[in-house]
Amino acid sequence: MREQETVVEVRGLTKVFGDFVAVSRVDLTIRRGEIFGFLGPNGAGKSTTIKMLCGILPPSSGEGMVAGCDLLKERVEIKRQIGYMSQRFSLYEELSVEENIDFFMGVYNVPRARKRERKEWVLEMAGLKERRKAVTKMLPQGHRQRLALGCAIVHEPSVVFLDEPTSGVDPVMRRRFWGIINELSNEGKTIIVTTHYLDEAEYCNRLALMHEGKIAALGTPSELKHGHKEEVLEIELDRIFEGLSVLASRALAASLFGRTLHVPVKRGTPTSEIIELLRGYGVEVRRVESIPPSLEDVFVSLIEKRR
Amino acid sequence: MEDEIVLRACRISRSFEGITAVQDLSIEVRKGELFGIVGPDGAGKTTTIRILSGILTPSSGEAFVGPFSVLKEPERIKEIIGYMPQRFGLYEDLSVLENMEFYAELYGVPRQTKKERVESLLEFAGLSAFKRRLARDLSGGMKQKLGLACCLIHRPKVLLLDEPTCGVDPLSRAELWRRLADLLKEGVTILVSTPYIDEAERCTRVGLMHKGRFLLVEEPEKMKAIIDLPVLEVVCEDGRRVVQEVGWMEGIWEATVYGDRVHLTLASSELREVVASRLDRAGIRPNAMRFVRPSLEDVFISLARS
Repeated sequence: MREQETVVEVRGLTKVFGDFVAVSRVDLTIRRGEIFGFLGPNGAGKSTTIKMLCGILPPSSGEGMVAGCDLLKERVEIKRQIGYMSQRFSLYEELSVEENIDFFMGVYNVPRARKRERKEWVLEMAGLKERRKAVTKMLPQGHRQRLALGCAIVHEPSVVFLDEPTSGVDPVMRRRFWGIINELSNEGKTIIVTTHYLDEAEYCNRLALMHEGKIAALGTPSELKHGHKEEVLEIELDRIFEGLSVLASRALAASLFGRTLHVPVKRGTPTSEIIELLRGYGVEVRRVESIPPSLEDVFVSLIEKRR
Repeated sequence: MEDEIVLRACRISRSFEGITAVQDLSIEVRKGELFGIVGPDGAGKTTTIRILSGILTPSSGEAFVGPFSVLKEPERIKEIIGYMPQRFGLYEDLSVLENMEFYAELYGVPRQTKKERVESLLEFAGLSAFKRRLARDLSGGMKQKLGLACCLIHRPKVLLLDEPTCGVDPLSRAELWRRLADLLKEGVTILVSTPYIDEAERCTRVGLMHKGRFLLVEEPEKMKAIIDLPVLEVVCEDGRRVVQEVGWMEGIWEATVYGDRVHLTLASSELREVVASRLDRAGIRPNAMRFVRPSLEDVFISLARS
């Protein structure tokens, strides 16, 4: 990483609602230009954390800075420094492309002198230069999505929050979208993503897995996968459902994947152990292969262990 | 009778106000399969499932569930299938138990067996401890499981699920797939749709759907083998520079940055050497370079482009 400048720095960030501790003493540093992801089940504290980082919710305790603004004292100023795009594109469907851009430039007080340049930038990025008069709802999904991104960052914020930005989007469009996100991060924008989906998480430089208000794991996608204490065995066998029952009776969390089973085991577990176990019940194993755990495997197992 | 065909659509099409949702689509699902329709929003997944459930008539073509035609005998179809739409009709003001009882009556489950069946389905869905809780107070994952339990009240042999994992957190999703495995074990045939390509790996067979058609119908493992797609992974601190250097080269179809890794889809695996020397000349020293299994997303994109 060339950019070492810190853009988000929080210490002991906590939010309490009544007797419910939604976020508990979170410490976090995010550098300029990072694409940083928050993952975790519902109720884990992701969105409460994001709301505090956006200046929408005041923390109950703890302190921090976002884009040079104090989280406790400068919450209004934070909102000017950030952009936010939710999974439901916040565009006005009945307005034209240009009218949407004008509207958001008004909301974010883009200075008059900058307006023309910013509008052209959004049109260029969204690939809509030739279609500026088109009614937004008539545009293909991929273009609408990029227009929504453009409107969310038309005021050139230094930090951009994305909430499940590409869930359900055509894979070709999704890759193009993340290409743009990578360019933004290359230009020094910091991107913070919240998502449930590992295919979005894979695009992040670093990930924080939240569970019960705390950060349960933090690292690059590769670090999380390689640092995982389990590996996943892909097993092909006859009588697959008997195999599934046998493994479940030994408290192995086997899951059905097509015509194979995926079984998380402690790293280095001899495969012969599994083969012998199954054979004891008359189930023949045809193939065993250790496959790299997916991020989903890592997260599901981390959280299930803590329960 | 593993090869018995339970669901069949023959060249079905359907359009809405001039927009084609499903075009000339054929599908055969055999008994005991977990068939996945995988594709982005707007690909036509919901329309296909609704036609196969006898809820929506196709503009052309014909579909069957077991021996029954969706055009001629939609009522018979409803008796043998369980259908879970994206928003399952739970009564928010009723408790978990009351919702189950409501669906039991709707499907005419005999009084003698009703209690036992409701109990066993609540157990199956992991909701026994929440019987008295109002549906509106359930988490997204629990609502989804209650919906599934309600769909199963009349013991259908065929289950059609429209995006059951959409918007559900990873733990609840893993849990739902386990429940589906339990049902497969009991011989239920399942058709499920999902926008998440990685979930295709959990299905016995998959139709990759795009713009109203199937790009490919195959077992997930075979899909990757059929499409000869060399994907070179370059691990490098600064992945974006890798893309700047080689992303535009001829024979590189895709260059995608994933954090500290870059995936390059190559026209031919021999291009690896060309990539390596080009990076070397640019002074980029990758930590690792290796061919990886293409993801189903890679497969989807390469098919959608061609």
